[in-house]
Amino acid sequence: MASTDGPSRIRLSTNPTPEALAALKLGDVVYLDGVLYTGREGVYMRAIEERVPLPLDLPRESAANFHCSPAATQRDDGSFNMGAVTATASFRFSKWINDWFEISGARIIIGKGGMSPEDYKTKFVPHGAIYLTTVGYGTGALLGRGIKQVKGLYWREELGLAQAMWVIEAENMGPFLVASDMYGNCLFERENAKVAAGLAEVYKGTKPAVLKRFGETDDRTDELI
Amino acid sequence: MISIDTIQSTAETLMDHAAIDIPQDYLDGLRAAAKVEDGDLSSFVLHAMLENYEAAKQDRRAMCGDTGCPRWYVKMANEAQIEGGPVALEEALRRATADATHNIPLRPNRVHPLWRTDHDNNVGINAPEIEFGFEPEGDWIDLTTVHKGGLFGTDYRMLFPSDGIQGIKRFFLDSLVAFGKRGLACQPAIIGIGLGGSKDTCMVLGKRAACLRVVGDRNPDPKIAALEEEFKELGNSIGMGAMGFVGKSMVIDCHIEVGYCHTGGMQMSVHAFCLSSRRACARIHGDGRVVFRTDPNWFTPYQRRETVAWQAPTDQAASA
Repeated sequence: MASTDGPSRIRLSTNPTPEALAALKLGDVVYLDGVLYTGREGVYMRAIEERVPLPLDLPRESAANFHCSPAATQRDDGSFNMGAVTATASFRFSKWINDWFEISGARIIIGKGGMSPEDYKTKFVPHGAIYLTTVGYGTGALLGRGIKQVKGLYWREELGLAQAMWVIEAENMGPFLVASDMYGNCLFERENAKVAAGLAEVYKGTKPAVLKRFGETDDRTDELI
Repeated sequence: MISIDTIQSTAETLMDHAAIDIPQDYLDGLRAAAKVEDGDLSSFVLHAMLENYEAAKQDRRAMCGDTGCPRWYVKMANEAQIEGGPVALEEALRRATADATHNIPLRPNRVHPLWRTDHDNNVGINAPEIEFGFEPEGDWIDLTTVHKGGLFGTDYRMLFPSDGIQGIKRFFLDSLVAFGKRGLACQPAIIGIGLGGSKDTCMVLGKRAACLRVVGDRNPDPKIAALEEEFKELGNSIGMGAMGFVGKSMVIDCHIEVGYCHTGGMQMSVHAFCLSSRRACARIHGDGRVVFRTDPNWFTPYQRRETVAWQAPTDQAASA
């Protein structure tokens, strides 16, 4: 049985070399060092759709984009109080991610639950990027401990605290799991396939609902009874 | 008369407890799941979560960066008197939510659904939810806050009597499998199921079943209690664990609540109270004493009454 001191822990820079990324395998446990920034739909819409220039120099300052809104606040004196840090589900950002790679040069995307295998193959691999998933997904206190300091907060007025771009200096921040490697392999797809093998047995004896719903048929002209 | 200052300071303390201290019943449930989990990755996740609860307590920081949606359940005993009345009470709970968001800090999650207006304090139109219940005897009020996480893991469906238990089972499995993949439901979770009522009642009952009953609690109807046990086992036999990895821990416990429904229907809702099952409760007595606990004890015999007039059961106290 694995435990937190079971799998090997890999320390990874947020400005990683291609070699360091290539060495990562699905399911590896990763801890990050260096500067990373939060960016989600608010940042993507502003930077990609509204074409507002980025407030920091990417990827020079950081190649790691965290799909996250921290539990944080700005004190009256301008300093920051950052408590817990937890990712938000990444699949919702699929429509922006390719353009974001182009603009930001990101090579590490950190989030919750990964993205689609197709996104990895067609958007991540061509940009030499990997995906790290947070664990749980509620290890907010552990990740909070990995924050050395908040280096900056951008677009706070325009986007609000939750959607703003937080720039964070991390030290041994983790755990994260490698959910897509440099070759676009997908950890969740692998696990889904294993789970799928047993599903028929679990559903045995149950029957479809008397009244169906759209989605259970793809033909919108179908009746649902 | 319960002073409004006591209500507000108690509410702020509750926000802190809920956000930081995992309730003991859920912690015990997760530890038991971690003991039997033999999927490598799932097991790693459960141990990381246990470590995370410790880190939150030691550092007094929120256990999860996603605050979810803080909400309030207020139970008033029949003789309770609140300084300033229910309007003052609602203001105190809204203020406590805003202040705690800044002070702990919590993530300000609540925004306008269309304009995305963000007050940075988890307060806005219809937020936080404040729900009321009553009990026949006493002069106390119970305050419970739940920080309910999860955009995923909840579903509703109109089933019919002919769907039967097998139909209920199938929708239960559908919900777990759909939202369990990639761990979107942040399982293992306390699964709450609402059966019957009307659509809104069904959702309310299911959410309360997930959030307001502790791990190990059973419905007083022995046949429903048996279903709760069966569904817990069924959920854990899917072959899926934390984060959707191969494993056997999806469900820490399953709670079912029912409401009388239209004779032709059998509404069903499924709710998942996640790995950060955040709830905290306190009773403020008429004399100003405050007693903190983690069991909201919402579903008393009075809440589940069937008859027109309330008749206290003879074998136990009428009120919680």
